[in-house]
Amino acid sequence: MKHFSDLSIPTAAFSPDGLSAGGDIITRAVISVLVDNESGVLARVVGLFSGRGYNIESLTVAPVEGGGTRSRINIVTSGTPEIIEQIRAQLDRQVPVCRVANLTTLGPHIAREMVLVKVVSTGEARTEALRIAEAFRARAVDTTASSFVFELTGASDKLDSFIELMRPIGLAEVSRTGVAALTRGCRTL
Amino acid sequence: MNATTQTIATQSDASTTLTGAEVLMKVLVDQGVEVVFGYPGGAVLPIYDALFQQDRIRHILVRHEQAAVHAAEAYARSTGRVGVVLVTSGPGATNAVTGLLDALMDSVPVVCLTGQVPVALIGNDAFQEADTTGITRPATKYNYLVKRPEELSRVVNEAFEIARSGRPGPVVVDLPKNITVGPAPYAPPSRTPRASYQPRIEPDRKAVARAVAAMKSAKRPLFYVGGGVINAGKDACADLTRFIHTTGFPCTATLMGLGAFPGSDKQFLGMLGMHGTYEANLATHDCDVLIALGSRFDDRVTGRVDAFSPNSFKIHADIDPSQINKIIRVDVPIVGDAGRIIAMMIEEWDAQTAKTDAKALETWWSRIKAWKALDCLRFTQDQSADAVIKPQQAIKRLYELAVETGRETFVSTEVGQHQMWAAQFFKFESPNHWLTSGGLGTMGYGLPAAVGAQVAHPDALVIDVSGEASALMNIQELGTIAQYRLPVKIFLINNHYMGMVRQWQELLHGSRYSESYSDALPDFVKLAESFHAKGFRATKMSELDDTIRAALAYDGAAVIDICVAEGENCFPMIPSGAAHNEMILGPEQEQQGAEITDEGKMLV
Ligand SMILES: Cc1ncc(C[n+]2csc(CCOP(=O)(O)OP(=O)(O)O)c2C)c(N)n1
Repeated sequence: MKHFSDLSIPTAAFSPDGLSAGGDIITRAVISVLVDNESGVLARVVGLFSGRGYNIESLTVAPVEGGGTRSRINIVTSGTPEIIEQIRAQLDRQVPVCRVANLTTLGPHIAREMVLVKVVSTGEARTEALRIAEAFRARAVDTTASSFVFELTGASDKLDSFIELMRPIGLAEVSRTGVAALTRGCRTL
Repeated sequence: MNATTQTIATQSDASTTLTGAEVLMKVLVDQGVEVVFGYPGGAVLPIYDALFQQDRIRHILVRHEQAAVHAAEAYARSTGRVGVVLVTSGPGATNAVTGLLDALMDSVPVVCLTGQVPVALIGNDAFQEADTTGITRPATKYNYLVKRPEELSRVVNEAFEIARSGRPGPVVVDLPKNITVGPAPYAPPSRTPRASYQPRIEPDRKAVARAVAAMKSAKRPLFYVGGGVINAGKDACADLTRFIHTTGFPCTATLMGLGAFPGSDKQFLGMLGMHGTYEANLATHDCDVLIALGSRFDDRVTGRVDAFSPNSFKIHADIDPSQINKIIRVDVPIVGDAGRIIAMMIEEWDAQTAKTDAKALETWWSRIKAWKALDCLRFTQDQSADAVIKPQQAIKRLYELAVETGRETFVSTEVGQHQMWAAQFFKFESPNHWLTSGGLGTMGYGLPAAVGAQVAHPDALVIDVSGEASALMNIQELGTIAQYRLPVKIFLINNHYMGMVRQWQELLHGSRYSESYSDALPDFVKLAESFHAKGFRATKMSELDDTIRAALAYDGAAVIDICVAEGENCFPMIPSGAAHNEMILGPEQEQQGAEITDEGKMLV
């Protein structure tokens, strides 16, 4: 059997959205899925979410083994603990899925995301943009007389605040990667 | 997987002279396939040619691809083997989709081979191209597009393995024409399991022990058995029957679970759920330990979820972990094969030298007997010769007269009131003899299902209990029945209405029977004759028994048109959105039950 499939329902780790209509706690969860690299695997995983009305906040996927036989899919989703457990169980039973883990309930984990942020501005605002970038340790990867493209990596909420601060300065375009995540310590999927 | 690929690589040198289609035949033979249900077309012509040139596998030509899948489903369910379907690309594949989803919902092992345009043309909107893997993805347990000849043997073998193991289901293998025409290496079935696919068969003993401990102390226990037990096989059903006898507990079953426990057994309360019996539903509501085996708490069973068996300690055994806690929160989840779970329960029962609380059980049975005394399936049939036949009477007599023949009998159904009456009035003593579309509720299932069952059991009595509306959904299969001289009996409950729809319109929409009356029905007797079958008709009570007897005795296919009372409704009934103790009983009983709420209307 695939591991990490304990059937106990976790209590909410954190609940940014507060309560759902039914009064159930909505939690955000990072789910990592290790799959055989076959055509259609991603479609099956995504189709499961759309077909059953589950929410996808972000999704990343790339091969993680030499030879490209396995890929890791990281999905950030939200729902009641029951829904998240259903998502985990539904993913777990897909034929090409080797492992599924809800990192949010598994223990401490690291989740990182990268964003490219284009800011178009002149004068005072340009210096302000650079100052904020420095505070966030974002790198300017493209600069013109009237624009910057900053690269920033970190937790998703850090990226959110960076984007919010850039908004009044001339935020023009954003491209985010979605989350890559691993558990802390020596445990693996 | 690597190991398998290597096997193929070494094999390929020896046997490159076979075409993909010939390799496919060999693999099917390896898998023990004897019958394929299918329909030809350009993309599968090489496969049809290979079929022609061998004599191990028989092909049954259906008249519509949906029917091929239903026939394969019934073949699978009545034999416990994998059903096999072969259809062409594009429209052939899309026609099969309803059948595939039906098989998925009811956990039926089916392998569906679909033709596809050559790999080089995929994505070009070629003639009869369809994104078959895309279209069938949500309707299958898994699907494949074979892009390289070296994958062919492994994929087809793996498809069978996936279809039959764990929670069974349909698997599609899409075969581009260049793969079947060109050379392909043959590889024998490999025992190398796929690392990512390892269904859990063996249950956790601690969970089983906890379940048994709860059963020992139960005062009002109830077994609730679903199709999963039937899927686990005849031995699982036999073990279950023995175990239920040991415990002395009552047992109810879902629509799909009928036959897992003998229908005429004293401990059997009948089906539960929307059209289940009064005693089964009240026992479900009032029990204190509910032992759910291979059942998935479908909304047709639970009624209002928050009022489902509100005070019971719930044990749920299922091979599919995603069914656990999906709808109903349970106290003891057990993941594994139902057969293994039942066997382990018996072991634990003996190990714990369990004894039931005899006194409590006696009180429980006396309550159940009081519910039973209401005789919730009672109906009144005017016995005079000219009286209009009630549909319940027709089905009840069909059952009794089928039993009188002493023949092994398989019953398929379409979907509607007749299906529920068949579930209520037939008693299935053993598994695999009741073939109905439960999860998807597919009208048009029964006639091709009867084809599949009759092909698998040529000497058995196979009856499709049908409504006149459902029958017309796959009526073209009378052609298949004629071609293969299948002595299928189609028992039409002809009420002129889409009866189940009419019943809901009466209940929910002020008896405005919008589009539920079938005008211009065919003359079913003549229709039968035009398909080389025999037509029978009964229009009044005096004709009923003789007609059924004559039709059952007739040595060939028969369409039996039973013209029944048009306005009869199917009771008892839990209005959707209501609880089990809020049943509506028939006009024979004192009316009681819940008002249908707006929320309930949504659940129809
Ligand atoms: C393919 C399909 N279309 C529509 C329905 C909805 N439906 C359920 S029962 C029913 C009426 C069935 O009528 P009939 O076959 O005459 O059986 P009766 O209820 O009269 O016994 C309909 C239309 C369905 N289940 N399947």
